[in-house]
Amino acid sequence: MDFSSFSTLTFLATVMAAATPIMFAAIGELVVEKSGVLNLGVEGMMIFGAVCGFIAAVSTDSPTIGFIAAAVGGAGISFLFVILTQYLKANQVASGLALTLFGLGLSALMGHSYTGIKPPSSAKLSVDGLSDLPIVGRLIFGHDAMIYLAIFLILAVWYFLKYTRGGLILRAVGENHDAAHALGYRVTRVRTLAILFGGACAGLGGAYLSLVRVPQWTEGMTAGSGWIALAIVVFASWKPLRILLGAYLFGGVSILQLNLQAMGADIPVAYLSMAPYLVTILVLVIMSADRKRASLNAPASLGRAFHASS
Amino acid sequence: MKLLKTLLAGAALATGLAGGAMAEDKTKVGFVYVGPVGDFGWSYEHDQGRKAVVEALGDKVETSFVESVPEGADAERVMTQMALSGHKLIFTTSFGYMDPTINVAKKFPNVKFEHATGFKQADNVSNYSARFYEGRTIIGHIAGHMTESNTIGYIASFPIPEVIRGINASYLAAKKVNPDVKMKIVWVYTWFDPGKEADAATALIEQGADIIMQHTDSPAAMTIAEEKGIYAFGQASDMKQFGPNARLSSIIDDWAPYYIARTQAVLDGTWTSTATWDGIKQGMVGIGEFSDKVPADVQASATAIKDAIVAGTMHSFTGPINKQDGSVWLKDGETADDGTLATMNFYVEGIEGDIPQ
Repeated sequence: MDFSSFSTLTFLATVMAAATPIMFAAIGELVVEKSGVLNLGVEGMMIFGAVCGFIAAVSTDSPTIGFIAAAVGGAGISFLFVILTQYLKANQVASGLALTLFGLGLSALMGHSYTGIKPPSSAKLSVDGLSDLPIVGRLIFGHDAMIYLAIFLILAVWYFLKYTRGGLILRAVGENHDAAHALGYRVTRVRTLAILFGGACAGLGGAYLSLVRVPQWTEGMTAGSGWIALAIVVFASWKPLRILLGAYLFGGVSILQLNLQAMGADIPVAYLSMAPYLVTILVLVIMSADRKRASLNAPASLGRAFHASS
Repeated sequence: MKLLKTLLAGAALATGLAGGAMAEDKTKVGFVYVGPVGDFGWSYEHDQGRKAVVEALGDKVETSFVESVPEGADAERVMTQMALSGHKLIFTTSFGYMDPTINVAKKFPNVKFEHATGFKQADNVSNYSARFYEGRTIIGHIAGHMTESNTIGYIASFPIPEVIRGINASYLAAKKVNPDVKMKIVWVYTWFDPGKEADAATALIEQGADIIMQHTDSPAAMTIAEEKGIYAFGQASDMKQFGPNARLSSIIDDWAPYYIARTQAVLDGTWTSTATWDGIKQGMVGIGEFSDKVPADVQASATAIKDAIVAGTMHSFTGPINKQDGSVWLKDGETADDGTLATMNFYVEGIEGDIPQ
């Protein structure tokens, strides 16, 4: 094995790029679940965001407009979920799965004539002087703006949920929608906003995949990232900062094993590929083993439809 | 994604005659794909084959497909559903569908099954594959000439005989023209995950590879190669649009003639269980045109290899070849038999690392 060619900096940069799509999707889904809604349509919203962002970025030659379009697109498709679950009171699990199928199909249709096109490349953030600092310069600066936005978003959500009145209302709605309703909070409106936010985040995550990480549009290119994002929300036990940990851990393990292989290390590849999923299952087992702790963490009204009359 | 898209025959649609009664008379042919039809790689080419069947026999057959079907139990469900809904011929187009196909075929003795890239057969199950390794020999030859860092990166999917054969064939061909060549192999354990394929390509380039080969289904690695200014080869499809500068050549699968012939056999009632393994000669494996980045003399020698393979005067695995552990596999002048190739589970001498178990 040859470690001399291993560059920690490039490795960390790849990990960040690999973790960012799931970070966006997971932090969005966390807010949705905190409001008491289980949206299993993350995969569908991601892929729809990926195609919207790609089309917009290619047509306008601006990655920024691409990302904005992705967020709008993701929120737009999640509005279908709002109509189904918040106004028609449809089953959330079934609606979420339908949203995933719909998103995958619709994105394939929309992206049909966009395969094989190169999107405009996103500028790397470069701060004069700082980026040239040894090690720290390249580690902290010199990434594309979306990586910073993802981290900022996680911090913002953490602050919002923990220290603001809005966050308290959102959590109240998620814990006990009847009590929140009795207090005069508009449960449906809060949940609608949360779902739209989740859709926008998932859309951004998808667009990061199609505009930065792979730069291309291929049908079904999210290949299960949405499900990983859902798993990471559980892994993080609905705590925003742990999303950061979960996503980087997940990205880290998958990138590390690829790099180790390329270096010729003799490692059990099959097991390492499974590792992130095994860890998630393990966390789930540990959490559900202790009922008290599980009930403390998971929003109490998660997945339950709200009827104002009751 | 598991949308069952039933496509009526183009001709009938065009004339607006696609009535229920007409559809009843048509023979239904089903296809099961492992990735999306728009992957622009493996599943895309199988779907091109399906479209060719519609084109050729559209007045007599009706085709349908299910895409992105996971290998394993889910595949069995999809196949059963197809058989129950009256399909007479079902193509299952990934290695991992082998056991599911055999299982479902037992329950539906009157339905004909065609499994791609496997090695099991039954009274109503044929298997078919292409000698992709012949194409690997040609791109390996080009890679051996073109690499400057003497490092070829190889993105491998699953450790199955077909993939190992491809690695061995390309390594042997590259080694022949460039004794210093090294091959770095990364196993990604997926057929289709553009994000992971791209990450694997990045890791390989980081480790000094300046040519990427892949045995996965999406053009992600080609895009990364283009971005980093190195070379790659189209896999399953030409993939030129994804890497106009990076792409040196490509291995193109052409399933159309086989699919048409087998569908015709079902229509004629002459279908029997067969094992087909066709290569460049029969046209099942195509070699994409060479990029002008490939020097004229290399283009000429690569073409000569292709001609020799077609003429039958050359075999990708011709001795002397040792196994990785140094033991003799093929003596001087000896060529590998199909049985060994079909179950190949070892690296040849010179490849570093172990096949994951």
